Amino acid sequence: MSNNDTQGTLWEVFLQRKPGQPFVHCGSLHAFDKEMALQNARDLYTRRGEGTAIWVVPSTAIVSSSPEDLGPFFEPANDKVYRHPTFYQIPDAVKHM
Amino acid sequence: MEEWFDAKLQKNEMIEPKDWMPDNYRKHLIRQISQHAHSEIIGMLPEGNWITRAPSLRAKIVLMAKVQDEGGHGLYLYTAAETLGTSREEVLDALHTGKAKYSSIFNYPTLTWADIGMVGWLVDGAAIMNQVMLQRTSYGPYSRAMVRICKEESFHQRQGYESVCHLAFGTPEQKAMAQDALNRWWWPTLMMFGPTDDKSPNSAQAIKWKIKRESNDQLRQRFVNQTVSQAEYLGLTIPDPDLKWNEERQAYDFGTPNWDEFAAVVAGNGPCNKERLAARVKAHNEGEWVRAAATAYALKKNEVMSAA
Amino acid sequence: MNKQEALFSYTLRLADNGLILSQRLAAWTGHGPFLEEDLALTNIALDILGQAKSLLEYAGQVEGKGRSEDDLAFLRGEREFYNTQLVEQPNGDYAKTIARQYFVDVFDFHFYTALANSKDETLAGIAAKSIKEITYHVRHSGSWMLRFGGGTEESKQRLQDAVNDLWRYTGEQFEMNEVDALLIKEGIAVDMTAVKAAWDKQVINILNEASITTPLVAVMQTGSRQGKHTEHLGYILAEMQYLPRVIPGAKW
Repeated sequence: MSNNDTQGTLWEVFLQRKPGQPFVHCGSLHAFDKEMALQNARDLYTRRGEGTAIWVVPSTAIVSSSPEDLGPFFEPANDKVYRHPTFYQIPDAVKHM
Repeated sequence: MEEWFDAKLQKNEMIEPKDWMPDNYRKHLIRQISQHAHSEIIGMLPEGNWITRAPSLRAKIVLMAKVQDEGGHGLYLYTAAETLGTSREEVLDALHTGKAKYSSIFNYPTLTWADIGMVGWLVDGAAIMNQVMLQRTSYGPYSRAMVRICKEESFHQRQGYESVCHLAFGTPEQKAMAQDALNRWWWPTLMMFGPTDDKSPNSAQAIKWKIKRESNDQLRQRFVNQTVSQAEYLGLTIPDPDLKWNEERQAYDFGTPNWDEFAAVVAGNGPCNKERLAARVKAHNEGEWVRAAATAYALKKNEVMSAA
Repeated sequence: MNKQEALFSYTLRLADNGLILSQRLAAWTGHGPFLEEDLALTNIALDILGQAKSLLEYAGQVEGKGRSEDDLAFLRGEREFYNTQLVEQPNGDYAKTIARQYFVDVFDFHFYTALANSKDETLAGIAAKSIKEITYHVRHSGSWMLRFGGGTEESKQRLQDAVNDLWRYTGEQFEMNEVDALLIKEGIAVDMTAVKAAWDKQVINILNEASITTPLVAVMQTGSRQGKHTEHLGYILAEMQYLPRVIPGAKW
């Protein structure tokens, strides 16, 4: 934020659509304090009943992976088929598994 | 890097904020997204102009909700522009100092209540064609903003058409009001799609980068094709003597908009350019002490987040 | 005056407060101090107008003369409106808009909380629905009262000026007349004595917290219960009502 920037700071908004569901990123907004960020998120992102709970997080607090991380971070998981249930063979006669 | 970027576009994959991108792609996006955002914000003014005079409570509520949605859309787009490394303050400053452009349609006045219906039916109708296309734009945050916007916009055009229906099937005064508004808004709406393809060099590059997916003329033609029957249903006359169905092309032929007028409005000499900008500058300036108070209060509460 | 006339008058009073206040708030749409706040205030205006619309619809039913909510909103004259003078006061700067809003929000909160127990089922139903909206409105305007009071010297001064200007219009909210007397007996209307005590406590608390001096006003303005208003109302109605009056009988 530069010294003459008067637009507050950037926040990221996460919404829970229904109780029990995960919080999902739905957009960003500007606010000057936590209470305002929460209120603005409500006024901006739940006008059509899209949410039942809100998280707001200052954008600067988010740490994200880089595009160059794509290979080393995520490709190693591609061949770990043994982490998926379909890897294992269970006799057809066995139920509820 | 350039090859990696081109390959990504080729595969119709989205470009994300941290991805490498050509400088010109970034610049083009910042310009286009912020212009788009400004258009939403300036677009609040001609319609907001009628909120306090809306002739029924239902119409007043609907109009407020619609103008508010436009503000929300401007906001989604400003935050999309911010992912490209430009701040809200910077893009607003560009608007307020006249450096940034916005859609020229909002430099026309809303003279009667019928203009509100016409803006919804024609202007939003034209905007939606552009926005539906932009849902598939190549820049991720822009695309996601457009998906959300399109979902919310879907009621705007219907609301406009419903309002025009009340007028077209109402008293003779109401119908005359609707025809007058159609006469004034038809040509400016056709010009919303921008210059013809042969005069739109930026547009070709934007299509190459998959920022835009269809050309100005394609979108304009589609708009005319779908709007003619809607006007016929209302018993209103589209003010174009050259408008007629072309069996061979399976499309309507139509006249040429007044591109001199378009150039004049874009250059800042439309009927309301000065008023629109002045209204935004006034709101910004009069809001300055409010923002300063909020900043100071957060500082005292020790709530200011340090910027990275 | 019979019960039906009293109920009509009472319902109109509540409806007019919302109608006129939302008309004022709506003028901020597109002109707010920053984008997020512009949208937030419009949400509040929409809530309040929605409440007013339900109340006007009900008033029309109670009256039983076939007047719709639009007839009541657009075809009554200056002396037939019963909103408080507070809600018709000009928007002024944002401090004035927020102070006016906070005074109304706190009143509405306590008033509608009590009205939710009304023996009139429609009023109780509208109150129960409104109370959730109003709870949020108090939170919004209340947090701005604190930001202005605790923000800069300028914001504090502006808030103090706004509170000084508006204070003399706050007393009217609690006035009771023969309408109230009759309906309180029926278990329909709210006794304002308790509402006033709760309002005083909450408002003076927040003024203290915001370091704003509570004004001493010798005379509270009055008149709206008899349809006597400040000069502002005539202009509000002229703007709001002109179109349905120019083309009478039209559907919009």
